[in-house]
Amino acid sequence: MNFDDTPQEAAFRAEARDWISANAPHQYKDELAKASLGRVQLKGANILEVGKAWQKKKADAGWACLHWPKDYGGRGATPIERVIWQQEEGVFGKLSGLFIIGHGMCGPTMMAYASEDQKREYLPPLASGEKVWCQLFSEPAGGSDVAGLRTRAERDGDDWIINGQKIWTSGAHYSDHGILITRTDPTVPKHKGLTMFFLDMKSPGVEIKPIKQANGQAEFNEVYFTNVRIPDAQRLGAVGDGWNVSLTTLMNERMSIGANVATGFPELFAFCANLTLGDGPALDDRAVRSKLANWAVRASGLKYTSFRAISALSRGERPGPENSIGKLVAGSMIQDVATYALDLQGAAGVVSSPEQAELGGKFQAMLLRSPATRVEGGTDEILRNIIAERVLGLPGDIRVDKDVPFNKIPTKGR
Amino acid sequence: MNFDFSDDQKQLRDQARRFLAEHSSPKAVRAVLDGAKPYDRDLWKGLAGMGFLGVAIPEEFGGAGAGHLELCVIAEEMGRALAPVPFSSSIYLAAEAIMLAGSDEQKKKYLPGLADGTTIGTLALFEGPGNPSPRAIKAAVTNGALSGTKLPVSDGDIADIAIVAARTAQSGRETDIALFIVDLKGKGVSRKTLTNIDPSRNQAEITFDNCPAEPLGPAAEGWSLLTRVLDRAAVLVAFEQVGGADRTLEMGRDYALDRIAFGRQIGSFQAVKHLLADMYVSVTLARSNAYYGAWALSTNASELSEAAAAARISATQAFQHCSKNNIQVHGGMGFTWEFDCHLYYRRSNALALALGSLSYWEDQLIDRLRTRNAA
Ligand SMILES: Cc1cc2nc3c(=O)[nH]c(=O)nc-3n(C[C@H](O)[C@H](O)[C@H](O)COP(=O)(O)OP(=O)(O)OC[C@H]3O[C@@H](n4cnc5c(N)ncnc54)[C@H](O)[C@@H]3O)c2cc1C
Repeated sequence: MNFDDTPQEAAFRAEARDWISANAPHQYKDELAKASLGRVQLKGANILEVGKAWQKKKADAGWACLHWPKDYGGRGATPIERVIWQQEEGVFGKLSGLFIIGHGMCGPTMMAYASEDQKREYLPPLASGEKVWCQLFSEPAGGSDVAGLRTRAERDGDDWIINGQKIWTSGAHYSDHGILITRTDPTVPKHKGLTMFFLDMKSPGVEIKPIKQANGQAEFNEVYFTNVRIPDAQRLGAVGDGWNVSLTTLMNERMSIGANVATGFPELFAFCANLTLGDGPALDDRAVRSKLANWAVRASGLKYTSFRAISALSRGERPGPENSIGKLVAGSMIQDVATYALDLQGAAGVVSSPEQAELGGKFQAMLLRSPATRVEGGTDEILRNIIAERVLGLPGDIRVDKDVPFNKIPTKGR
Repeated sequence: MNFDFSDDQKQLRDQARRFLAEHSSPKAVRAVLDGAKPYDRDLWKGLAGMGFLGVAIPEEFGGAGAGHLELCVIAEEMGRALAPVPFSSSIYLAAEAIMLAGSDEQKKKYLPGLADGTTIGTLALFEGPGNPSPRAIKAAVTNGALSGTKLPVSDGDIADIAIVAARTAQSGRETDIALFIVDLKGKGVSRKTLTNIDPSRNQAEITFDNCPAEPLGPAAEGWSLLTRVLDRAAVLVAFEQVGGADRTLEMGRDYALDRIAFGRQIGSFQAVKHLLADMYVSVTLARSNAYYGAWALSTNASELSEAAAAARISATQAFQHCSKNNIQVHGGMGFTWEFDCHLYYRRSNALALALGSLSYWEDQLIDRLRTRNAA
């Protein structure tokens, strides 16, 4: 049991460190360090442009999508090298928010199901950040119940014609491509009638409407499809096998979302270290200490759980459903941490204007963004189901719609 | 980086699990719980015979000299099996204290007996309610003689020797506290068994009346030695707690698959599934923190005290959380004497208080984080 780099890993780390110190956009370092969940903004610069430029620079030097094969724009790195890179990249990793879905979910799905020619065509520009991808899964009728989706795909010669609506699609408004799950047969039970595609988001008939979010920002969108044509060659997996294809995506989603979720703990601890409560330092207060200790062990527990997972990966084991715990634990933790950080500020906790609020309003931004963490990429409840069923082997939920043809399933609760 | 036990260590775990499954069955635990005997002598001898007691004690002092990672692996299995023996007192506390602070002569004198189980040791620290603190120690040594009362002392009835924390001066500083080795079979020692929430482990009150006390380690360093002993023990006890928590999760899962209500397995009800999923989460976090503690313990890292406190808090929470919800999953059955759920519930709550309660470890953790953050 050790944390030490092997000589090879140490050499890799030194190389990464040198390259980062010579090439990273250091002018943004302080601002990035201060940014937190729900707010990564750069004064006088467009975060999307800065993010794309950093990604391109990394790709040109062989530091993009490290674990992908070289032929597809990656570096063929080991899981540990990937972690070493993340450790060295530090706050500059916050510039990659734009690519999380493309790199974490769309890329792996393309790798598993696209043709060799397609992989060589589409993956390198995805890795290098020249193209941005989105994931078109959720619908008004199918969120947790992904297989309840209604967007139709009908065969027309060598093409498919798509009609319907997606929702909560992050980044659709600046994406070049997307992976899309559709219903191709409404007369069979819901999991059996699905088919997956990828498409050009600039295709005629695709209409994107940004949705204003509860925290005031607009990361996600409604996407409407009216007679959109997709060539059959852009189908991923067999007709009717879309459910299995989507499981590949969702598993990767949990890995990539779950691996490095913010907990808010380091920010809270630093805040308390400088805070005076009553007539003494907050860190001398028994109640504060107890709360902090409780969160400290959750944060360290997550950290070392991910180290254990990486150790297993580097022994050649596959990432399993147990990776669901990262987001499950961190999601409610960051919400509670933010609530507590505001509580410690008393009435002033309500103020979020960056000039007056403590730490530039970081905790207020966290508070307002955190509900999304508990929903996106699988709700707390769905993640618990996954742990219970796939890790502990408990029975699946009773599914009243399982053997019913999709077009016979009721559509309204009341 | 390799954040896991080695194949050899995992083999040792399997070996310990098999041995304990056979020799520390719930029936054996109950024999102690019911008061028939203060601990399971045969199991103790068996553990000695397997070399488990001395696994981290150097060969030159009669141990196997394997190391602390190996001891962690065995600790987890001891916790899983609720082994009704003075392992934690004798090995994590007494032997560790002597290894840490003892002279060569003291190591030669005491460690072989602790390693082969012929000597049982313990730590006599507490004097009634309260957490470890120099001020709470009233027992005093004057002119080489110890007087005072310690309560509770884990395995205090069973032990042959005790490491005693006692006062040598009244300056009010930590340096007033020193450690001593005391022969519990000697003159002036009287012991009283205390009924306690986990009768599968012995707790006693020990009164010392002018007993000969042999200094252990430099006199002025008693308190700092003691906190180091507690840190080391905290990692090991955390593994016991993780073992117990993991076992209760397993028990709950198995029952949820077996029991039918409303025409279905209760494990198909989402409320029950989510209860068990949350148990899995707390065991997983605790295990990961314990591994960090194991790494720090085995390498004597400067992070040890922080890692130990994190492991201790996380494992205490996990074992308490899992053992109480295991009863919930079992329904009325879970509250019968006959079912084993209460054995784990008792042990989880007893272990939560051993070595100082959560508030002590919370303080330790925050102090360490504060120091690190300020650095
Ligand atoms: C910020 C953000 C970004 C997102 N980005 C994307 C994206 O890029 N692409 C995309 O496809 N989707 C995206 N989503 C959608 C997200 O995946 C869904 O919102 C999520 O899966 C929940 O689905 P829903 O919103 O339909 O809620 P519902 O499924 O309607 O859930 C409502 C409530 O019912 C509970 N519930 C539902 N089913 C069960 C069950 N079986 N057992 C117990 N409880 C249940 C849920 O836990 C929840 O509490 C995003 C969401 C957010 C908030």
